[in-house]
Amino acid sequence: MNILFPGPLSAVQDMGRTGHAAQGYPECGACDKYALALGNLLCGNPETAAAIEMTLAGATVQFDQDTVIALTGAACDAKLDGQSIPLNAPMRVPAGATLETGMFTAGLRGYLCVQGGVDVAPVLGSRSTDQKCRIGGLEGRALRKGDHLPIGKPAPGYAFSRAAHAAKVLLDKPWLMRPRTAHAYLGGQVIPLLRAVPGPQDDAFPSESLRTFFSGLYAVTPDSNRMGVKLSGPAVASKNGSDILSDGIVEGSVQISANGQPILMLADHQTTGGYAKIATVIAPDLSAAAQLRPGELAAFRPITAQQAVRLSRETAQQLRYIKELIDHD
Amino acid sequence: MEIDIRPVGACGALAVLGSQISETTGARVAALERAVHRAHIAGITETVPAFASLLVRYDPLRADYDGVSAELRRLAGDIAAGNAHAGRTVDVPVCYGGAYGEDLPAVARHAGLSEEEVIRLHSGRTYRIYMLGFLPGFPYLGGLDERLFTPRRETPRTRIPAGSVGIGGQQTGIYPMESPGGWQLIGRTPLCLFAPGRDLPYAAGDSIRFVPIDAREFEQIAAREREGHA
Repeated sequence: MNILFPGPLSAVQDMGRTGHAAQGYPECGACDKYALALGNLLCGNPETAAAIEMTLAGATVQFDQDTVIALTGAACDAKLDGQSIPLNAPMRVPAGATLETGMFTAGLRGYLCVQGGVDVAPVLGSRSTDQKCRIGGLEGRALRKGDHLPIGKPAPGYAFSRAAHAAKVLLDKPWLMRPRTAHAYLGGQVIPLLRAVPGPQDDAFPSESLRTFFSGLYAVTPDSNRMGVKLSGPAVASKNGSDILSDGIVEGSVQISANGQPILMLADHQTTGGYAKIATVIAPDLSAAAQLRPGELAAFRPITAQQAVRLSRETAQQLRYIKELIDHD
Repeated sequence: MEIDIRPVGACGALAVLGSQISETTGARVAALERAVHRAHIAGITETVPAFASLLVRYDPLRADYDGVSAELRRLAGDIAAGNAHAGRTVDVPVCYGGAYGEDLPAVARHAGLSEEEVIRLHSGRTYRIYMLGFLPGFPYLGGLDERLFTPRRETPRTRIPAGSVGIGGQQTGIYPMESPGGWQLIGRTPLCLFAPGRDLPYAAGDSIRFVPIDAREFEQIAAREREGHA
């Protein structure tokens, strides 16, 4: 497929370059992994196939072969050869057709999945773009006007009609389109309550700071990016400064920086860091966090590691249910 | 071996093995990491060693926090204090000074030493690799001679060439790839340290020894390295 217009930031992403953190390779991969998995399932791919992640606004893409696509994640009024198409549904695309994704009307990150997946060469087992190390994706960089992306071979046994039926089930049960998360409502705004396991350095903070962190409202600042969501809200004071001996970081780690403000690490996070981490947001809730725009609000809720494992399994089960709808009559 | 285990969301356990940067703690981290890899515990996906801790990541569909913590406690209990893994010592050739290390005169001036003396001190010891991070293959090394402690540059460089060897405060290290940075550059290695898909010549737990070479040797090794990647 050909990129006619890339949008503000579009790049090839899959589920990430895992297993190389000990050597210092960042994970990368889609920030909203549920949206990527859903889009892939709808067009007959393994959940882990590579797609285009688009930020704030979508790309304009021309297809050079007949294929099936699915758009997931951020909301938009996407048009295929001028006709509006639904999100979270498989769409047949004839060779030569042009998809215009346009501005996102809600959410920050959209995914364009294509049957067969985006077939750039994997680096260390992943097709994800790592812009810092300039590896993966297309030449390790964001997409540009005029780029061509190869499409992989479709997996056998895909029935478009079953995928279309699954999309109808999703319309009846819209909660299946996203991981089940907790929300609060404030003046018409939906505020995600990001569930987080306290630690590993919660003991670097006095108990009133933990209460502040788990009760405050935090706004996303404009200097957030794929490395992390920088938040602004009630300052979280540490006991003796927030510097620690550097240790391993995961996607979802919440660092408290020197000024007491939290940074929620996303897919492009560094592998190690020297700020105390007060809590770790669980993977299912990172989908909601990855869709927050600058100015939008979020709050944190404490859960145990045991609850966190259970919630991760529920999310995986939800995707398995959708996969079964698509795989079997 | 004493161990303090903390949860990292739904996918990790952080095993804390000390509170300071020391050879002993570093050896414990390396020993636990080896034990975890040898034990082939179901659901453990990767480990990330650091100065005084080991992050153990697991797949929440195949393992859980309590199970992983119990395994880590059992493995730590089996590691005797004297049973620390020594690691390998890896020679890293470095061409010091000149165009290869433009800040060597500044480091020498700050230390009140000659450039030759700085090279002798820097290449005269082995440095333990506590962890890799910041950039792929960037080693956090312990053991720099106090006389060589030098503050970072006031104005960081926007482009530091791959292979540069520098001093930043109390640390010394190697930039495996081109990057911005504020360290004082004293030399450069011709080794190609950023090569995705090829194993790094070192890992956390190993030690590095810097071996002085001249510009001719630098070019010879650099040519061999390029061939190795062709």
